[in-house]
Amino acid sequence: MTRIGGIRLAVILAMIAALELACRSGLINHRTIIAPSEMASALAALLTSGAVNADIARTLGLILIVIVFSIALGFIAGLAIHALPRLREALDPFFATYYAVPIFIFYPVLIAIFGLSPMPIVVIGVATAVVAMIIATLNGLDRVPRVLTKVARVHRLSRLTTALTLQLPAAAPYLFIGVKLAVSYAFIAVIAAEFILSPAGLGRDIADAYADFNNRRMYALILFLLIVATIVNAALHAFDLRWAERRSGGRQ
Amino acid sequence: MTATRRATDTAILAIVVLAIWQILHRIAGETALPAPAPTMSYLVHLLPSARFAANAAATALAFSFALALAYIIGLAIGVWMGAHRLSGAVGEPILVALYSLPKITLYPVVLLIFGLGISGKVAFGAMHGILPVALLTMGAIRAIPPVYLRAARTLRLSPWQTITTVLLPAALPEVFTGLRIGFTVTLLGVLLGEMFASKLGLGSMIMNAMQLAQSEEMVTVAIVLFVFAAVANAILLWIEHRLHRRA
Repeated sequence: MTRIGGIRLAVILAMIAALELACRSGLINHRTIIAPSEMASALAALLTSGAVNADIARTLGLILIVIVFSIALGFIAGLAIHALPRLREALDPFFATYYAVPIFIFYPVLIAIFGLSPMPIVVIGVATAVVAMIIATLNGLDRVPRVLTKVARVHRLSRLTTALTLQLPAAAPYLFIGVKLAVSYAFIAVIAAEFILSPAGLGRDIADAYADFNNRRMYALILFLLIVATIVNAALHAFDLRWAERRSGGRQ
Repeated sequence: MTATRRATDTAILAIVVLAIWQILHRIAGETALPAPAPTMSYLVHLLPSARFAANAAATALAFSFALALAYIIGLAIGVWMGAHRLSGAVGEPILVALYSLPKITLYPVVLLIFGLGISGKVAFGAMHGILPVALLTMGAIRAIPPVYLRAARTLRLSPWQTITTVLLPAALPEVFTGLRIGFTVTLLGVLLGEMFASKLGLGSMIMNAMQLAQSEEMVTVAIVLFVFAAVANAILLWIEHRLHRRA
C-alpha cells in the first residue's frame, strides 16, 4: 500500500473509532446514533435471519432493471439523436438543463398515474439515469474517427451492424462514463423513491424502522446500502482504471 | 444557425411536450394527470394565494440557509484540500466516494440529529451541496500555475491575502461551476427532505396534494419548481460562460 493510501485508511479508521468511542461513552445518545460495532452486529443478525432477503432482492432487482433499461434506451436514443443534427440542436438546451432541475419532484405524479407499484419507481429511475447515457453516447459518437464511418460505408454495413461492430467499440470509453453515471443515478433514484413512498423495498424498510424508533434495524439497513453502493462504485472505478491502462498500453 | 430557426425548433419542441402531456392525460385519466390547459388556469389561481406564499417562503428560507452552509463549508474544504497537497491526496477519494453515495439513506440519521424542523432540511440540503463545491474548488486551485503562488510568496502575502487575492480570483471560473452544481443538488436535497417529512414547504405541498388526489396542485407545484430551477440554472450558466471567456 502506498503511503497516502495508508494515511487515508488511518483517517477513516480513526473516524470510525472516534464515533465508536463517542457512542460507547454516552457522548452521543444511542437514540441518535448507535455505535459502529453495534451497527455491524445488527446487520450480521439481520442478514442471517433472512428477514430482509425479499426486500433486498426487490430493491437490487429494481436497480438492475433501471440500469439495463437506461443503458439500452440511452444508447439507442443517443444513436438516433446523433443521426439527426437538427433534432440534436433543438434538444441541446434540454440536455443542458436536465440535471439542473429536480426531476424527482415528478415521482408523486407518476404514482398518481401508475398507482403504488414498482412501475413509477422504474419510470423515475430510468428518467433520472437515461439522459446521462444519452449525453455520454452523443459525446462518444462525436469522437468516433471519421475514417471508421467511411470504412463502414465502403463495406456497405447496415445501420445496426455499424452501430454494434464499429460505433459501439470506438465510443466505448465515453459510453462507460455514461454507464457509471447511470448506475449511480439508478441507486439514488430507486432508493429515494422507495424511501418517500413505496409498498416495499429497502428504502421503505429504512423509513419504517425510522418511524418505529427501531435504530438497530435502521442503522443495519443503512450500513448495508452504503456498503453495497460503495462496492459497486469501487468496482466500476477499478474496472475503469484497468481498462484505461490496457488502452494506453496497447498504443505504446 | 439563424435565430429564427432556433426559435422554430424550440417552439416545435414545446408543442411536442404539450402534445405528449395531453396524450398522457387521455391515458391516465382526469384524476391522475390533469390536462395542460386546466393546469395553467390553476397555476394562475395558486401563485397569488397565501397558502402557496407560505410554503414557498418556507422552502426558500431552508434553501438559502442550506446553500450558504454548503458554499461556506464546501469552499473551506476545497481551498484546504487544494492548497495542501497531502490532505488533498488523502481526502479526494473519500469525497468522491461520498459524492456517489445515495445520500437519501442518511436522511433518517440527519433527522435524528437535527430534528424534524427546518434544521433537518437545511442540514440535508447542505450535505448534498458541500461535496461538488469542495471537489470542484479543489480541482480549480490545484490547476493554478505555481508561478502565481511563488509571486504571492515573493510579495510576502499572508495566507488569507493569498487566498482572497490570488487563489480565488485565479480559480473563479471553475469554482463557479462548483457553485452552480452545488445550487442544483442543494435544492434537490431540500425538496427531498420536505417530501419525506415536513409540514411546510413546496416538497411537502406536492406530497400532500398527491395523498389528497389533487393532481392539479401536484403538477402545478412541480412545474413551478421545475421552471425556477431551469431559470436559475440558465442565469448561473450565463455568468459561468462570461467568467470562462474573461479568464
